Amino acid sequence: MKLSRRSLLKTSAAAATFATVGLPSFAQAIDELVVAYNVNLPSWDPTVGLSAVNPTIQGFYQSVFDLYIPQNPDLSFGSGIITGYGWNDDNSAIWMDVREGVTWHNGDPLTADDVAWSLTRVGNPDTGSPIQFVWGKIENVVAQGNRVTADVKEYDPTFFKWMSFLTGYVMPKKYYEEVGAEGFEAAPIGSGPYMVEKFERNAFVRLKANENYWGGAPEFKTVTIKFVTDAASRVAEVESGNSHVTLEIPYEEFDRLKAKDGLAGVAEPVSDIGMIFLNDIEVMTDPNVRKAAAHAIDKQLIVDRLLSGYGIPIDTLQTPDYPAYDPSIKVAYDPELSKKLLAESGYGPDNPVKFKIQSTKGYKPKDYEMVQAIVGLWRRVGIEAEIEVYEIAKHFELRAADQLAPAAFYNWGNSVGDPTTSTGFAMFGPSPHSVWDGEDTFNAILPLWAEADETKRIAGWKEVDRRIAENAEVIPLIQYVQPIVHAAGVKVTPHRSGALLPHLMTRS
Amino acid sequence: MTVLRNILIRLLTTAVTLFGVAVIVFVVIRVVPGNPIAMMLPPGATDADIAQLQAQYGFDKSIFQQFIIWLGGVMQGDFGQSISLRQPVANLVLGRLPATLELSIMALVMAMLMGGAMALLGTRYRDSKTEAAVDVSAGMALSIPDFLWGLVLILLFGVLWPVFHISGRISPSLNIDFSTNFYLFESLIRLRFDVWADLVAHMFMPALALAIPLAAIIAQLLKQSLKETMHLDYVTLARTKGYGENHVITREALPNAILPTLTLVGVQFTFLIGGTVIIERLFSYEGLGNMAIDAVINRDLPLIQGIVILFALLFTVVNLVVDMLYVVLNPRLRHA
Repeated sequence: MKLSRRSLLKTSAAAATFATVGLPSFAQAIDELVVAYNVNLPSWDPTVGLSAVNPTIQGFYQSVFDLYIPQNPDLSFGSGIITGYGWNDDNSAIWMDVREGVTWHNGDPLTADDVAWSLTRVGNPDTGSPIQFVWGKIENVVAQGNRVTADVKEYDPTFFKWMSFLTGYVMPKKYYEEVGAEGFEAAPIGSGPYMVEKFERNAFVRLKANENYWGGAPEFKTVTIKFVTDAASRVAEVESGNSHVTLEIPYEEFDRLKAKDGLAGVAEPVSDIGMIFLNDIEVMTDPNVRKAAAHAIDKQLIVDRLLSGYGIPIDTLQTPDYPAYDPSIKVAYDPELSKKLLAESGYGPDNPVKFKIQSTKGYKPKDYEMVQAIVGLWRRVGIEAEIEVYEIAKHFELRAADQLAPAAFYNWGNSVGDPTTSTGFAMFGPSPHSVWDGEDTFNAILPLWAEADETKRIAGWKEVDRRIAENAEVIPLIQYVQPIVHAAGVKVTPHRSGALLPHLMTRS
Repeated sequence: MTVLRNILIRLLTTAVTLFGVAVIVFVVIRVVPGNPIAMMLPPGATDADIAQLQAQYGFDKSIFQQFIIWLGGVMQGDFGQSISLRQPVANLVLGRLPATLELSIMALVMAMLMGGAMALLGTRYRDSKTEAAVDVSAGMALSIPDFLWGLVLILLFGVLWPVFHISGRISPSLNIDFSTNFYLFESLIRLRFDVWADLVAHMFMPALALAIPLAAIIAQLLKQSLKETMHLDYVTLARTKGYGENHVITREALPNAILPTLTLVGVQFTFLIGGTVIIERLFSYEGLGNMAIDAVINRDLPLIQGIVILFALLFTVVNLVVDMLYVVLNPRLRHA
């Protein structure tokens, strides 16, 4: 085919038309903030159902709803809808003061009645709250003026901490009762910094600033959060200018993108950790094997080589931000000690101890690669581990049934930062999330669940962590670092919980 | 009467096929590891809590009992409630189906245009460098899977020359209340060309990624058919009548040569719909495939069942339509 002047003009015209029709809006001055998020939002009710306990979507909820007690970006507890709270002298009752002058997105006033109703609702087992086991510990929740009181059925020192955590959101009583569960899903309202303007499941949510927000109106008046679950697509979104902010991309891409003109990056530690569950079965009943496995892992090497330096080695299930973190608890990388311990149990490079380790692949950054590296390090000291890849759903099933392999890689999130929600649930035998059945650990943890003296309680958990580390009953690996790439025109304040919150973003 | 009888037989076999699919899916997703209850267990759940949750979702019954209950609901149009999305499965899957259908149809049209053009070009310039180029292009297009084409397109038209949208189905800033979920067709009917263009800009890359491998298959098969037809007597006769080569190919040879391609397109269309699962995920396109992946991740058994049944129904219906179309287009079969 000969290329004539006419055909060239035709082709050019067609290309120009296509190039302008539906062209993405590349923001110079950012009017409307666009965020490419890594997960979908399945459901809008943050207090019931499977979504309510999904830590990865709490950022959506915190944009629209208010937690009873919010957490600041450094995980310290702030003042929210609940401005003051406490226990009575014998811990048989609680009180909470509700902020005045707060309105729901539909203009109705938020009252103490809403708080009392919200707490009563999630405490009722019929409602389907997955955290009912906490909220059900109070009863007779009553509102008087701006104060809410309740009787305590079972004392739980972490009760108020749960008010910053999963399902700890205030819901609009009048509106919910008017529209019902389905109506609420279709048109949710909260009291948070943003209002839901438009929601297309599996596609996007468009948020509009709540100008009457008690904490001050957010800077970006319109925010679109696209659900872009594929990491490569998220990279393309931000690189092309289609989105201004994205998160959870490969660290190599993070380094590349933040060096580009017009883009910047922030990588801060979050409350997620990588760990290896040890199930006290088969060879893992031998403390020498467990300790050898723990001392043979060079965590810093894994962080440097596999995670491009983005990660913090940890030796207990507490990260440095948590109150029960004790920097004096160390599990040193010492392959010679590992060899010695294994020799004491009759194992060595020529007669390796064998067991299975389970791992997800791609669920968390470099999860499988980390396990491969660990298996390589173990091999050097006389441990031959066979890797079994499984899906995260299988992990949950096996863990609940206490049927995990002797070793199993997992990540644990604990944005509330309390030791009960890390060491407690991960290591207390009766918990469906623990596969450690050791009686000593059980006995050490048991009295701490209801310890009223906070200092004593935290000290107790530190002691539990110390003995767990000394006996290598679990192998904590790293605290994750969350990569966020953003347009240079946006200032992003990362939150240690890992939630990407648009109301913490401003123009730079 | 024969046609009617054939249709009835096909409908009956379709029903049997769907029942078989339902049984297999129902059993398999309950046998494979991954329990939805385990995924929603709160940290302090007791055995009683676990039992209560299992009873709430009916997992405390035998698989057979669960199947009978589910089948009873399906007969009345109730496919159950999604565990993760907490909405009726029927509403969810039927709500998403139009998006996937529009994407698949657009991909099919693109594949037919591209594949047809390549075949015609290869036939017109047979035994030349152009034909070799067509063959090489088709080989390349076929040997690279659709999701990889998707990544290539994202890089080309999303990042380097950002002409098309990388993710989603429609721009969030467009305000239009659709009456149906067939956005593309509805926007045309309502003469909202701005919306239509926006939808096309979103669908172009995923549709093209799906279309490229199919276009290569069409090109290869159609070119081969055309080549064979070009040697037939009636084509030679057309030439001797003085018709030009373009006329001979498009008017004389093509109508006969296209029939085997049509059958293939029908079969491949079902595969193309299956391919939307990965492509929709890659482009964050809000279709059935994207939802299917979330359902599998969350072990949302009722939703998985609903989606698979709908896919199976689509496959059988498409095959049925293709068979009928083949009868209509092929006079020998029509008068048989």
